[in-house]
Amino acid sequence: MIFDINKIKQDFPILQQNIYGKPLAYFDNAATAQKPKVVIDTVSKYYSEENANIHRGAHYLSNKATESFENARKNIQQYINAENSHEIIFTKGTTDSINLVASSFGRKFISKDDEIIISVMEHHSNIVPWQILCEEKKAKLNVIPINEKGEIIFDTFEELLNEKTKLVAITHVSNALGTINPVKEIISKAHEKNIPVLIDGAQSIPHLKVDVKKLDCDFYCFSGHKVYAPMGVGILYGKEKFLEEMPPYQSGGEMIKNVTFKKTVFNELPFKFEAGTPNVGGVLGLSAAFDYLNKIGRENIEVYENELLNYASEELQKINGLRFIGTAKHKTSLISFLIGDIHPYDAGIIIDKMGVAIRTGHHCAQPVMDWFKIPGTIRASFAFYNTKDENGRLTEAILQVKKMFG
Amino acid sequence: MTIQEIENQIISEFANFDDWMDKYNYLIDLGKSIPLIDQKNKINNNLISGCQSKVWLRAEYNDGKIIFTADSDAVITKGIANLLIRVLSNHTPDEIINADFKFIDIIGLNEHLSPTRSNGLISMIKQMKLYALAFKTKMEAN
Ligand SMILES: Cc1ncc(COP(=O)(O)O)c(C=O)c1O
Repeated sequence: MIFDINKIKQDFPILQQNIYGKPLAYFDNAATAQKPKVVIDTVSKYYSEENANIHRGAHYLSNKATESFENARKNIQQYINAENSHEIIFTKGTTDSINLVASSFGRKFISKDDEIIISVMEHHSNIVPWQILCEEKKAKLNVIPINEKGEIIFDTFEELLNEKTKLVAITHVSNALGTINPVKEIISKAHEKNIPVLIDGAQSIPHLKVDVKKLDCDFYCFSGHKVYAPMGVGILYGKEKFLEEMPPYQSGGEMIKNVTFKKTVFNELPFKFEAGTPNVGGVLGLSAAFDYLNKIGRENIEVYENELLNYASEELQKINGLRFIGTAKHKTSLISFLIGDIHPYDAGIIIDKMGVAIRTGHHCAQPVMDWFKIPGTIRASFAFYNTKDENGRLTEAILQVKKMFG
Repeated sequence: MTIQEIENQIISEFANFDDWMDKYNYLIDLGKSIPLIDQKNKINNNLISGCQSKVWLRAEYNDGKIIFTADSDAVITKGIANLLIRVLSNHTPDEIINADFKFIDIIGLNEHLSPTRSNGLISMIKQMKLYALAFKTKMEAN
C-alpha cells in the first residue's frame, strides 16, 4: 500500500475539526493518540450488536463475544510476536500492567536487600510502584544515569548488575525525551546474570515494530490509548515461566476455577490475572487498531515518522534561541524543547490558542526534569497522521510566543 | 474603592479587547508591574503548591488591612496574580473572605480555573482567603 498522508488523515474523524477557528494540529500523541474510524466503529458495533458478558457461555451472544475477545488476544499475540496467547494479559493500561508485576512478581521474588534497577528517564508509573515495593520489602532501587543527550550510560548499568539484582525495569522509549533505549543489549546483559527484564512499552508500541521474542524481554507493558485504540485497555505480556509462578494480583470472578470457603483453586493463564469483567469493547478496539496499523504498514509508519522527525527538527533548529532537551542518536518522533528563558507554561498557553495541541510540564517524569535542572519542557510528539504543513503551524506558534514574551 | 468597584473596573478594561492576543498581551504587561514580593521572602514557606509554574505569595497585615505581594516564574501567571492582588490587596479580612471572583468568568479567564490547567489561580485564591481567615482569627483572639 502506498502511504498517502491525505487519505490517512481522513481516517481520523477528530482531526477534521477547527480549534479556536483554526484547523487542529494535534501534536500530543505521546499523551494519547487519536482513534481511526475503524476502531470507533468496532467499539460501537460491539455495543450495538454483540454486547454480552464473556466466558459465561450460556447463550448465543455470550459465545460470540467470547470468541471475538479470544480472537483479539490471538491477534495481539501475533502483533507483538509472543510465543503463546496465554502470555497476553488484558489490563487497564501500562500503569496497571506495571503495578501487576510489582505486586505479584514482587510478592514472590523480592526480599530484603534485593535490588531493582530502573533509569533516570522513567515515567512515574515505572518508578513509584518499584519504590513502594522496595520500601515494603526493604529492598534497594538503583537508577541508571543518563548523559546530556538523554542516553543511558551503559557502563554504569553494567556495573549496577550484581547477584542481588532481581529485576531490571526500563522504558523502551522515553516519553519526555524520545530516546530509544538499547533494550535488546540491556536484556541480553541482564540475562547473562539470569536477571529478568520488564520493558515499559507505552511509547514504543505506537512507533516501532516490537517483537517480544526477538527482544527476549520477560515482561512488556503498554496502553491501548497510545496506539490508536480506546482508553482503559492495556496489555501485560509476560513469559509463561514467570506468569505461572507469580501469585494472582487481584481476585474475584473469572480468575478462579473453584471456590469453597475452605479453599479456592485459581484459574490457569491468562485468566488467573484477569479478575472481574474485562473491557471487552476496548480489547476489540485494540485488536482493530492493530489490524489498521498492519494495513498501513508498520515499516511505512516508521519511515514516514522518521522523515517527519527530521523535517521538524531541521525546521525548529532554524528558530533562534530554542534549546532541545533530549538529543539522543536514536529517537522516536518526539521533540522536547524550551524557548529561551520563557516558561513552558507561558509558551503552552499561546501555542494552544494558535490551534496547536502540545503538552507542557514535566510529563510525569520529574526525575529526568530535575536531572536537566528545568521545570519542564514543551513537547511536540508526532504521529503518522501529522503533516509537514502542520509542523509549519508549530513554527508559527513558536514565533508568536517569542514575539509576545521576547 | 470596594472590591466590587475594582472588579467592575477590570471588567470594563477587558471589554476593550477583541481577541485573545490582546488579552494575553495585557496579562503579560500586568505581569511586569506586579507588586513584587521581596527577594528575601521568596522562600518555600511562601510557595503555593499545585501549580505548573512556581508562585510565591506573601500577606502582611497593616492597620486592619491586608497587603499582598507575589512573584512567579511564569509571566502569565504573574499577570493573573497581579489582577488578584489589585482586587484584594488593601482590604479587610472580611471583605476578602466574602469576595466571589465572578469577574474571572466575565473577563474570560475561567479556562484558568479548571484544575487541569494547574496554573495556580484556584490555589492563589484559596491561599489569599486562608491568609484573610488567619488574620481575622488572630485579630479576634487579641
Ligand atoms: C513511558 C510511559 N510509561 C507509562 C505511561 C503510563 O501510561 P498509562 O497512563 O496509559 O497507564 C506513560 C503515559 O504517559 C508513558 O509515556
